[in-house]
Amino acid sequence: MKGRVTYRGEFPVSEDIESILGVDWDVPRKPYPAKTVLLPTGERMVIRETAREEAPKILQAITPLLTVSRDFYDIVAARQYAELLGWYRRRVRKEFCLVGIVDGKLAGIVNSRAYDQKTHISYHTVALKRGARVGAQLFAAKHEHSMETQGAEEILVTAESPIGFRRWIVEWGLQVKPGVQHELGGVKTWVITRDIYNKVKPRLVMGSRPVPEDLLKRSATFEIAPLDWVSKE
Amino acid sequence: MTKFGRHDDKTLIDLMVESSLRALEDAGASEKNVDAVYAASMLAGELNNRVAIGSALVDQLALIPAAADRVENGPASGGSAIKNAYCGIACGMYDTVLVTGGEKMRHVPGETITDYIATMTNIEAEYVHGVTLPSLAGMLTRLYMERYGLTEEDLARVAVKNHLNGSKNPYAHIQQPIALEGIYGSPEAEVNNPMIADPIRMYHCCPVTDGAASVLLCATEKAKEFTDTPIRIAGIGQATDKMAVQDRKDPAVLEALRVSAAQAFKMSKTTPQDMSLAELHDAFTILEIVESEDAGFFKKGAGSKALRDGVTALEGRLPINPSGGLKARGHPVGATGVAQVVELTWQLRGEADKRQVKNAKRGFSCNLGGFANNILAFVLERS
Repeated sequence: MKGRVTYRGEFPVSEDIESILGVDWDVPRKPYPAKTVLLPTGERMVIRETAREEAPKILQAITPLLTVSRDFYDIVAARQYAELLGWYRRRVRKEFCLVGIVDGKLAGIVNSRAYDQKTHISYHTVALKRGARVGAQLFAAKHEHSMETQGAEEILVTAESPIGFRRWIVEWGLQVKPGVQHELGGVKTWVITRDIYNKVKPRLVMGSRPVPEDLLKRSATFEIAPLDWVSKE
Repeated sequence: MTKFGRHDDKTLIDLMVESSLRALEDAGASEKNVDAVYAASMLAGELNNRVAIGSALVDQLALIPAAADRVENGPASGGSAIKNAYCGIACGMYDTVLVTGGEKMRHVPGETITDYIATMTNIEAEYVHGVTLPSLAGMLTRLYMERYGLTEEDLARVAVKNHLNGSKNPYAHIQQPIALEGIYGSPEAEVNNPMIADPIRMYHCCPVTDGAASVLLCATEKAKEFTDTPIRIAGIGQATDKMAVQDRKDPAVLEALRVSAAQAFKMSKTTPQDMSLAELHDAFTILEIVESEDAGFFKKGAGSKALRDGVTALEGRLPINPSGGLKARGHPVGATGVAQVVELTWQLRGEADKRQVKNAKRGFSCNLGGFANNILAFVLERS
């Protein structure tokens, strides 16, 4: 066995060491059924789970945000970049990622991971299309994924940006979970319990299923649109 | 004017210089032509750590020794600056005055901005109890709903109309059209258009905006030295009302607008029916509807019907806010009153491109200070 190599992305790694460091990301889990949500613009955003193979393209979309300090985009983008890269290269366990696609273009990304069957950990929400409540719809979708598709009982949440704090912690009415440290460090850990989820669901978790066939087909892949707002807003 | 929006890379003075230079260039004026500068800003000291911005502006524009003043009258600072410039020329003290309004506020957290803006309410009777401008707009809206049958759909329709107009204005902060079902009536609307101050929702409020706008005023007899298409300020009105909304005779009536609009129409020897378009102060969509009535365009309670009938659309009989209004063009508070007059000027010259109102001959604007406790009204016409 010694000396045998396998590949993580394009990188060769020693299999015996990789058996210690690498994680099996591909644990069996229920697929998240795609849905569509109506945006304020009248456009339909398709929200679907991503395949691991799509990660490099998603990373490409996040890259321009790594130097945008406004609204803490750089921190959020850098962390999500690392999380998705870790997922792609088998360094983050049981991670999942949803994307929002509008008219064939990537509009936003959310990711989380399962700590265990009961507890999920919310990672990050990045809206590439601004001013259309893309982040709010995607944030709700990832918790719908945890609670309804995967059957979690609680989701740990924290916030790094003031916008995130207002949108996620305040708007969802989350509770502080004392004595628990979120994986992202920083400040307090808040929790979405099943009771909280069920309470906010009628108001904040939206979407229609099934996605019409033509729309689903158009959203099977995505383009990366230029982020005009990074320099011009 | 500058493009309205977010300008992380520019200071307040940068923005005011940029718009001033554009106005001077548009008029073909040089530093020799400008006798005085009125610089309007509500929060330059509080948000930008700058006071005496009139002095800074004349210096940066190389207009020394022109007279320079800062005018502060809340969100009506721009309108007040134009009025004062007009008076300076009318009394014979100046021949030519540059008016520039500007504000840079996007870099400040929303909660802080909301708090600063709220300091223009009655401090003892309103502010100390937590009153904000959205909360006052919420109460006015609720009253209108009860008294005149206004609906949340009406509020959304103002936003949809003004976003569409803003999408045709390259200077607008928000140039993205929105759909009625995206913000009202669909399940997703609850997420897309969250509650701010019941019944006011996010899309019923204007954005927080950076930007500056400028106009060059001169005596009528000198106007032809600058342009072949001068636009005349035919009427000006200004009136005040009780600071605290609770002290007003009828909180559903903008009495200061009724008085100031009547003054402007009387001075210009016109009536509301003579106007080709209006730029109203829609910091909240409810205000466009109420102002359209209290300025005299529609009977009390009939503004929402006019909206639904398309009367106030760009192609309607009386287009309101073809620029996108505060809702879509944006609301850099000290610049807004000037930006309204800039839009009327472009419209009356026939230079408004995709948002041009057909055969525009006369236009009306109103610029609100406080929660409508200090209002300026203008009537402009082609000379």
